[in-house]
Amino acid sequence: MKALAELYIQQFKTTLAMMFQYRASLFIWMIGQVLEPLVYLIVWSVVSQTSGGSVGGYTTGDLAAYFIVLMLVNQFTYTWIMYEFEYRVRQGTLSFALLKPVHPIHSDIADNVSSKLITLPIMILIAAGLAVIFHASISPAPWSVALFIPVLLLAFFIRFSLEWTLALAAFWTTRVGAINQTYFVLLLFLSGQIAPLALLPSPVQFVAGILPFRWMIGFPVELLLGRLTLAETLTGLGAQFAWLLISLVLLRIVWRAGVRIYSAVGA
Amino acid sequence: MKYFRLFGAFLRVSVMSELAYRVNFFWQLFQSILSLVVSLIGLAVIFSYTSTLGGWHPSEILVLVGVYFLVGGVIGLIIQPSMEQFIESVRDGTLDFTLTKPADTQLIVSIKQADIWRLIDILLGLGVLVTALIWMGEKVGIWQAGLFILMFIAGAIIVYSFLLILATLSFWFVRVENILVIFQSIYEAGRWPVSLYPGWLRYGLTFVIPIAFATTIPAEALTARLNWETLLGAVGLAVGLLAVSRLFWRIGLRRYSGTSA
Repeated sequence: MKALAELYIQQFKTTLAMMFQYRASLFIWMIGQVLEPLVYLIVWSVVSQTSGGSVGGYTTGDLAAYFIVLMLVNQFTYTWIMYEFEYRVRQGTLSFALLKPVHPIHSDIADNVSSKLITLPIMILIAAGLAVIFHASISPAPWSVALFIPVLLLAFFIRFSLEWTLALAAFWTTRVGAINQTYFVLLLFLSGQIAPLALLPSPVQFVAGILPFRWMIGFPVELLLGRLTLAETLTGLGAQFAWLLISLVLLRIVWRAGVRIYSAVGA
Repeated sequence: MKYFRLFGAFLRVSVMSELAYRVNFFWQLFQSILSLVVSLIGLAVIFSYTSTLGGWHPSEILVLVGVYFLVGGVIGLIIQPSMEQFIESVRDGTLDFTLTKPADTQLIVSIKQADIWRLIDILLGLGVLVTALIWMGEKVGIWQAGLFILMFIAGAIIVYSFLLILATLSFWFVRVENILVIFQSIYEAGRWPVSLYPGWLRYGLTFVIPIAFATTIPAEALTARLNWETLLGAVGLAVGLLAVSRLFWRIGLRRYSGTSA
């Protein structure tokens, strides 16, 4: 336990140093994180204004709040492990990680969390600015704010372990790009990033409820906006726990199978 | 004439070297189709709640999507890869070889590299455009088509000059390759008419990063929205920026010291 804590602290220092070294990439990546929800925010606001101030139960202010909170939740749960893992396997640098006495996922978690400690305050500032510009209206009940934190953490862990598992596809194929792209498109539609899920056709909503995507992004957003009843929230929490369990089991199985077929350069 | 032959030669080299990686064709095809599908489903969701978006009918937005792919394809086919290669050549000094060639260096640099698979985006964009125009019916005349071609060329020149100016900054700062990535990620905003965006963003996307000229304005020409001021403004800006980019090129080149110097 103590060793793990040390690992996390050390990784934090390393990540911090790296981030200051690659400020420009950080900036570019942030433009993308802000621009996409911003564009959908604007488009849906226009739709809402032309149809008399609301769309499918969302007023213009609700839509603004939805996409701004979505931006933050997406930022909080975001991972970039797919790009990194492909490189590790291709270049063989994974071999070093395998020699270490701890599971390589720990340094990835530490890396992810540390970089977010830096970026999150900036994103919160941007979000606050956008909330003022677009007159976001948000008035959640105290219990939904209280439940938001555990729900958000669960969302992060589900997304992290699922995307980490998906990244392991690099063990089997060198062309993981197609897999990642397909995943991102599904995520875009089924997690509520192009529109609140309530605005999508009901068969799509049904599918989104079964798959993990909604529980990684849309669900925390809807909760904080106060759009869910307590019963819906508890059902959602159940779904989150179920998906966390499934993703952890998957991670374990796929990791074991992957390491077995991994043969590094020079081996 | 000589430059057309030169362009043909560079394109041939790109084709030959890329044909060794034919799987990339399917990869680009997959990416382009996926991106188009995302656009179309997004539009389907939006237009299930409204009949016009900021005054644009679905068929007109589809025209814009077509232009978005077409222009994106042109940028990705020639402009972006050439600029990337140019920035790289300033950094590692291989611009030396280009400078010794008996032709205008700016021109060679601008057409040297091609990512031929982006032709798929151009074809896809044309396909979407034609579909949208058929859907719009007979509202498009020869006059609109002519204006569209003019605005398309003006837009392409504006984007080219803008990216060249940014790329010449490498003469001063060396590491500027990120600028092109920023442009590409902001280009996404061109999927929608800029008139939707609030004032500050609209001005930003028109005058700071000229994306409006690349997608919205050519689409406006096809959908009979273009007014004289915009038309003249676009042509004027194209000519002006081209001249400014030439100036940047000349001043910048003077600072270039090569590898061995």
